[in-house]
Amino acid sequence: METGDFRQLTIDGEVCRVAAGTPLKDACLLAGKEIPTLCWHERLTPASTCRACVVELEGSRTLVSACSRLVEEGMVVHTDSPRVLHARRGIAELLLSVVEDAQVPELQELVQSTGADVAHFRFGATLAQPTRDDNDLYIRDYSQCILCYRCVEACGEDAQNTFAIHVAGRGFGAHIDTGFDRSLVDSDCVFCGNCVQVCPTGALMDKTEWTLRQTGEWDESCIQVSETTCSYCGVGCALDLHVLNQRIVKVTSPYSHPVTQGMLCVKGRYGYEYVQRPDTSSVHSSAP
Amino acid sequence: MSQQGGAQQRLLPNQEIVTQSSPLSFQRLQLRGLNLALERAFGMTTKSMIQEVQDSGIVGRGGAAFPAGLKWLSVNEAAGHSKYVVMNADESEPGTFKDRVLLELDPLLPLAGLAMAAHGVGAHKAYVYLRGEYRHLFSPIQQAWELLERAMPQVLVPLEVRLGAGAYIAGEETALFNSIEGKRPEPRLKPPFPTVQGLFLQPTLIHNVETLANIALLFRDGADRFRAYGSTATPGTKLVSISGRVNRPGVYEVPFGIPLLEILEGVDTAQGMQGGQHLQAVLLGGAAGSFLTAAEVGEATYDYPDLRRYGASIGSGALVVFGQSDVLPEVAQTLAQFFAEESCGQCVPCRIGTVRIKEMLEQFSLSEKQSDLRDLAQTMRDASICGLGQSATTALISLLDRPVLWNWGL
Ligand SMILES: Cc1cc2nc3c(=O)[nH]c(=O)nc-3n(C[C@H](O)[C@H](O)[C@H](O)COP(=O)(O)O)c2cc1C
Ligand code: SF4
Ligand code: SF4
Ligand code: SF4
Repeated sequence: METGDFRQLTIDGEVCRVAAGTPLKDACLLAGKEIPTLCWHERLTPASTCRACVVELEGSRTLVSACSRLVEEGMVVHTDSPRVLHARRGIAELLLSVVEDAQVPELQELVQSTGADVAHFRFGATLAQPTRDDNDLYIRDYSQCILCYRCVEACGEDAQNTFAIHVAGRGFGAHIDTGFDRSLVDSDCVFCGNCVQVCPTGALMDKTEWTLRQTGEWDESCIQVSETTCSYCGVGCALDLHVLNQRIVKVTSPYSHPVTQGMLCVKGRYGYEYVQRPDTSSVHSSAP
Repeated sequence: MSQQGGAQQRLLPNQEIVTQSSPLSFQRLQLRGLNLALERAFGMTTKSMIQEVQDSGIVGRGGAAFPAGLKWLSVNEAAGHSKYVVMNADESEPGTFKDRVLLELDPLLPLAGLAMAAHGVGAHKAYVYLRGEYRHLFSPIQQAWELLERAMPQVLVPLEVRLGAGAYIAGEETALFNSIEGKRPEPRLKPPFPTVQGLFLQPTLIHNVETLANIALLFRDGADRFRAYGSTATPGTKLVSISGRVNRPGVYEVPFGIPLLEILEGVDTAQGMQGGQHLQAVLLGGAAGSFLTAAEVGEATYDYPDLRRYGASIGSGALVVFGQSDVLPEVAQTLAQFFAEESCGQCVPCRIGTVRIKEMLEQFSLSEKQSDLRDLAQTMRDASICGLGQSATTALISLLDRPVLWNWGL
């Protein structure tokens, strides 16, 4: 029965009662069923474009995406029926037919859990293309892009409200664009790096990290994180300084922080080199 | 192209009306009985209008055959600070050209239906979303609305005509809303449905051109007389677009429930196969439709319940007729190219799936890849966001299911 602000539904045979407005994905988690996702991000509106989170809903002609579909009274949901597993396997195989061995843990888990054959659909067009290295702060390697829309959302209404990038083109040609394929420097981008922060693949990466990876010097296990507060203005954004061999190599902010919710501006994210210059006093005193 | 109707001609104006009046004249409005129909509809309460639409049994002619009355009821009951009605004139389904013919021959009929629909659901504004290639109809549509405004002063809502820019996907209702709003025509996730959260996130009634033409006839004739045509399951007539190897391709009006073969052979309709050709198959419902073999065409009737037995549907009303010399696997390739080009690219199963299907058909034979094609088709059908990806392989699978149409080795 529909009572108050709660909804009763059945997930894999188990009856659950959850608050109205809960996405199916969260209801499933409460029922002990973890749903795989690729495009979903805790800080962003679900775009539901990867379709990895589909579940079977009795009475529905197609599968439904658990990240965006909200619970309804009386729903009967199956999270690991053959149809569900078949679709998830197909999605993993399709993605792996276009992106070169993507370094995405979630995608690798999806391959594992569905028994996907990574070579199944590898006979046609891929996204292979040169890396775009057109600015000092981050690179774009769209050969790894899974078009999850996270960067678009972070740049747009979900965080930055700059709207410097969007999807352009159609079908297989759909891609992230700065508008007429301009370089980032010529685009509306303000280099906040929030798109880099949320990108689940290696498609967007800080230049520092990318350079260190090129030379084999990037070692995740040796990175230490120091928590601090940004010193540029009075907002008080929390910063996590990622330090490798006594040098800051990356700055992020925790998604749980009430002020930033993980998002920063260009100064907080990229303006850290002054900390590690040997001596900058002469630079300051020589300013006119 | 022929535009004759069959014996039961209602949606298309008959020869007499066409010769006696021009499409954009008061005389046409009167000869079609539309002035009285408008007065009748605008004199009714919202509630009784919706009841009449429900009694009529009209189902949407845009492809999905959803009961119109249910949509009206839902929009009417939905809360919103404004409401909209939209005429979907994006007509881009391959093999479908009946909305164009209807709007060219008699724009007053569907637009009168749009005006009535606006009244019926309490809308504040009406939109027509017109396929970019139909720009010659832009001004006639505006003129028709002005004429209706003069016939019914002070009661019509404002109309805005918007021109598409050449994307098939913009015909999908929620992509169409995004397009009107100035965004990329990407389909939205449903629910919420348009009746609750449509254009500008407000309750919206969207209908195909032909559905609205039926609405106008309904309020002219009343539900009982409306139901005198067609079958018990599906009252009314249907505009079919016939192309391919027939003597007289064109748009014809037929009652639901007519034997399928009669549409192809009738003297009032397509008049049979072109010289020397034997019927091999019909692609029913457009690119997202199903192939029927000649034998099936010989038995089937043109109605939803009967066609369901063959896994087929009426769809947009397209019938593409193939002769024995046509190579259907090549047709399947053309369809696959179409979907790969027209996918909006938003979701993985369709963005990548349509390309992989196209490549498989180009690089391999159907028998070599049959199981991979079926495997991928199921993922696309189950997991794609919208109708494009979900039905992009319907025709292909219907072909695979009928080896007589492609597996000549048998
Ligand atoms: C890919 C796609 C394209 C569509 N194109 C059209 C179109 O061109 N015209 C149309 O009336 N409906 C089209 N539809 C169906 C609409 O989404 C919608 O169902 C229809 O306009 C509702 O009107 P009806 O109830 O009168 O049928 C399309 C659907 C899909 C999935
Ligand atoms: S760096 Fe910031 S402004 Fe630039 S594209 Fe990314 S999110 Fe948008
Ligand atoms: S660049 Fe990264 S965040 Fe943007 S769509 Fe591609 S994978 Fe997603
Ligand atoms: S199914 Fe195809 S057309 Fe529809 S939303 Fe997905 S990619 Fe776009």
